[in-house]
Amino acid sequence: MESVIINRRDLEFQIFELFKATELCNRERFVDHDEESLKAALDVTIKIAEEVLWPNASIGDIQEPHLKNGQVYVPQAVHRGVAAIRDAGYIAAGLDYDRGGMQLPAILLQACLGIFKAADAATPGYLMLTKAAANLLDVHGTEEQKRLYMEPMYEGRFLGTMCLSEPDVGSSLADIKCRAEPQPNGNYLLSGNKMWISGGDQDISENIIHLVLAKLPDAPPGVKGISLFLVPKICVNPDGSLGKANDVSVAGLNHKMGYRAISNCLLNFGEKNVCEGYLIGEKHGGLACMFHMMNEARIAVGISGAMIGYTAYMQALNYAKDRKQGRPIDNRNPEHPPVPIIDHPDVRRMLLKQKSFVEGALALCLMCAKYLDESETATEKNTKYRAGLLLEILTPIAKTWPAEFCQESISLAIQVHGGYGYTKDFSVERLYRDNRLNAIHEGTSGIQAIDLLGRKVRIEEGLGFNFLMEEITSDIEYASSWPELKIFTTTLMEYVSDIVKATNNINDVRDGGRKADSLANASLYLHALGHIVVSWLWLKQSVVAFEQITKSPDTQDADFYKGKINACKYFFLYELPQVKPLINLLSNIDTTCREHGPKMF
Amino acid sequence: MKLLVAIKRTIDYNVKVRVNADNTDVELTNVKMAMNPFCEIAVEEAVRIKESGVADEIVVVSAGPKQTQETLRTALAMGADRGIHIETEMELQPLGVAKILKAVSESEEPGLVILGKQAIDDDSNQTGQMLAALLDWPQATFASNIVLSDQGAEVTREVDGGLETISINLPAVVTTDLRLNEPRYASLPNIMKAKKKPIEVKSPEDLDVDIKPRLIVLKVEEPAKRESGVMVESVAELISKLQNEAKVI
Repeated sequence: MESVIINRRDLEFQIFELFKATELCNRERFVDHDEESLKAALDVTIKIAEEVLWPNASIGDIQEPHLKNGQVYVPQAVHRGVAAIRDAGYIAAGLDYDRGGMQLPAILLQACLGIFKAADAATPGYLMLTKAAANLLDVHGTEEQKRLYMEPMYEGRFLGTMCLSEPDVGSSLADIKCRAEPQPNGNYLLSGNKMWISGGDQDISENIIHLVLAKLPDAPPGVKGISLFLVPKICVNPDGSLGKANDVSVAGLNHKMGYRAISNCLLNFGEKNVCEGYLIGEKHGGLACMFHMMNEARIAVGISGAMIGYTAYMQALNYAKDRKQGRPIDNRNPEHPPVPIIDHPDVRRMLLKQKSFVEGALALCLMCAKYLDESETATEKNTKYRAGLLLEILTPIAKTWPAEFCQESISLAIQVHGGYGYTKDFSVERLYRDNRLNAIHEGTSGIQAIDLLGRKVRIEEGLGFNFLMEEITSDIEYASSWPELKIFTTTLMEYVSDIVKATNNINDVRDGGRKADSLANASLYLHALGHIVVSWLWLKQSVVAFEQITKSPDTQDADFYKGKINACKYFFLYELPQVKPLINLLSNIDTTCREHGPKMF
Repeated sequence: MKLLVAIKRTIDYNVKVRVNADNTDVELTNVKMAMNPFCEIAVEEAVRIKESGVADEIVVVSAGPKQTQETLRTALAMGADRGIHIETEMELQPLGVAKILKAVSESEEPGLVILGKQAIDDDSNQTGQMLAALLDWPQATFASNIVLSDQGAEVTREVDGGLETISINLPAVVTTDLRLNEPRYASLPNIMKAKKKPIEVKSPEDLDVDIKPRLIVLKVEEPAKRESGVMVESVAELISKLQNEAKVI
């Protein structure tokens, strides 16, 4: 039985052949690594994913967390999954060796977390949240906060949460109502409600550390008045032992469509007015602390979408090879045995579309992770700066494109399964429900689009956007030396010049004072630029595949490489042209939607 | 006490094994390899014994081509202290491996040698027994529980009729069965630590052992495909088929 969740050959192609991760091993931080150690990390990740997480994923889905006497309980299967990931050291994997880390490059770390998400979207969430919260404390916490809370979080004894949203306030954090009253001892008393808190309560860890956004009495209005507080479920004594229960209570659980193994809570802070909290970072500087880790969190959502989509594709592919049904179009003889459904052209079309989406989405996220590594460890200042700006502009695309288009892809995976795909006997319906969250959390697709067009395209006077176009153009030039790739290079060049024109036009309109008009179709912009970037990634993959086939035509991997080139062809012929009308609407600053007043619906 | 664990690199247990084109072996090119599952159990048991304080060093040994070192690294990442790689491209058979392990045991002088009861590629189930015989040490095969002290070991064995517990003197050879333990996953920090642990490379000639194969493989074939069943009309017909076609009664 080959892997049911990921094509290892493709994963290694992307990490080592396409993005050349081993080049990172020349950097001082990664100098102890080589291909063997990076592959060893993938080995143990895939083993845990396939042996522990994947078999338990449906249990966590069916047996939702439940609330009893104020305590949330999750199934033992989820406990086991959390323990396996924790014990293998993934929370601290990116840290220094002397802090229990592996100094693993981001590209590998994201690939590993993606593999876990592919096997079970929800369970790794407990640890990813903990890692993010601990990383935040690492940067902004006091020495005591690090000792009492961060260390046990990296060990996985305490798990962490992020408490941003409130029942009335989701995406617009400026309006949060949660308050923090300063106390004579330097601590704070928190009061308010927080909504959508993943891992907000559970019976897995000794303690839970909530990072809570709240406002001080003297807070200036808007986002500049938000502070960040550490609020433990159980108070921790100065010697690290657990003290009394803090005043945090679970007001209810949300019953979700997917991602069900991770509890999602409505939390009340300070019902009895004794909820202790501790300030993290500067007063009124809470949002800045949070955004410190936003890029990484958003790439993680992207890779989650890419990998859930990938697993659905693997399921559909295996099913299509096994399932026998119908006869070839040109041989309807009832004596002819039924053929595997992969022999039917429309099934192949659906599989090829999935392949082009999920492998493209994975490449997009891994490229961002590589830029994250570059922006943190490159020795040359210019390379670092350039990688940082490329990461900024690509992040909203990496967050959104996989979430949106892998959803289409999973829908096709269900279609390939026919009626069985619509039942709980197969996993694709769960994957469809799980991935649906990725377009919503960590900033909805609409918000990502506004972030892209309204901010990222314009920062540093559009330098990030220019860098991106330069990168694409330089790869086009490189690829142009092969006549066989001409069809891709000319097409992509055309789209690059179209999107540059449209972008300039939108910027001019905005500079001319029509900001709302300029952003009215931001989602279309993200869709169009996303397709252009994924086309670029397919061109890059084709070039590598082409080089390999030219070098050794008889390679055992010939079919794998041919598959890359043909999937590239598919994306260029069938998918990329679909964004042409979108680019026209954008260039014309079309306002049909914006002008449709509420009463006209 | 020192523990010696012998491990084997085999085709990963998840891989669907295919016979090669000229019917001389199973297909090994581009096939994922991993540590034999019974050997993982042996490494895990050694690590647990060391964690309990009875042993103070774990040496892992394996014989095979260069890539065998990856498998040794896995064992080091699980908790073994150092590795010995007997490098050879030659086909290895149980007797050859037992001779290699005898030589290594004589120079390392472990209190206990732990091996998997068999490897999932050839299913021989011979190496541990041969090693014990060559060393003239006690053996306890198919272990599902090991209680070790400096004086000796009590080993519970999985035998046909149930469980049998025997007491043996040390040094001894023990082979592991499935129920002995559930092996841990190597943790990420330990994968990095394993890179710094030493692996000593030797050749069979260095040990002065003859590992020439004694068995000749004539042909490798897929098992016969299961044929579809037939409905019989009567008990008489069934009995006749069992007697004349299946020839089982």
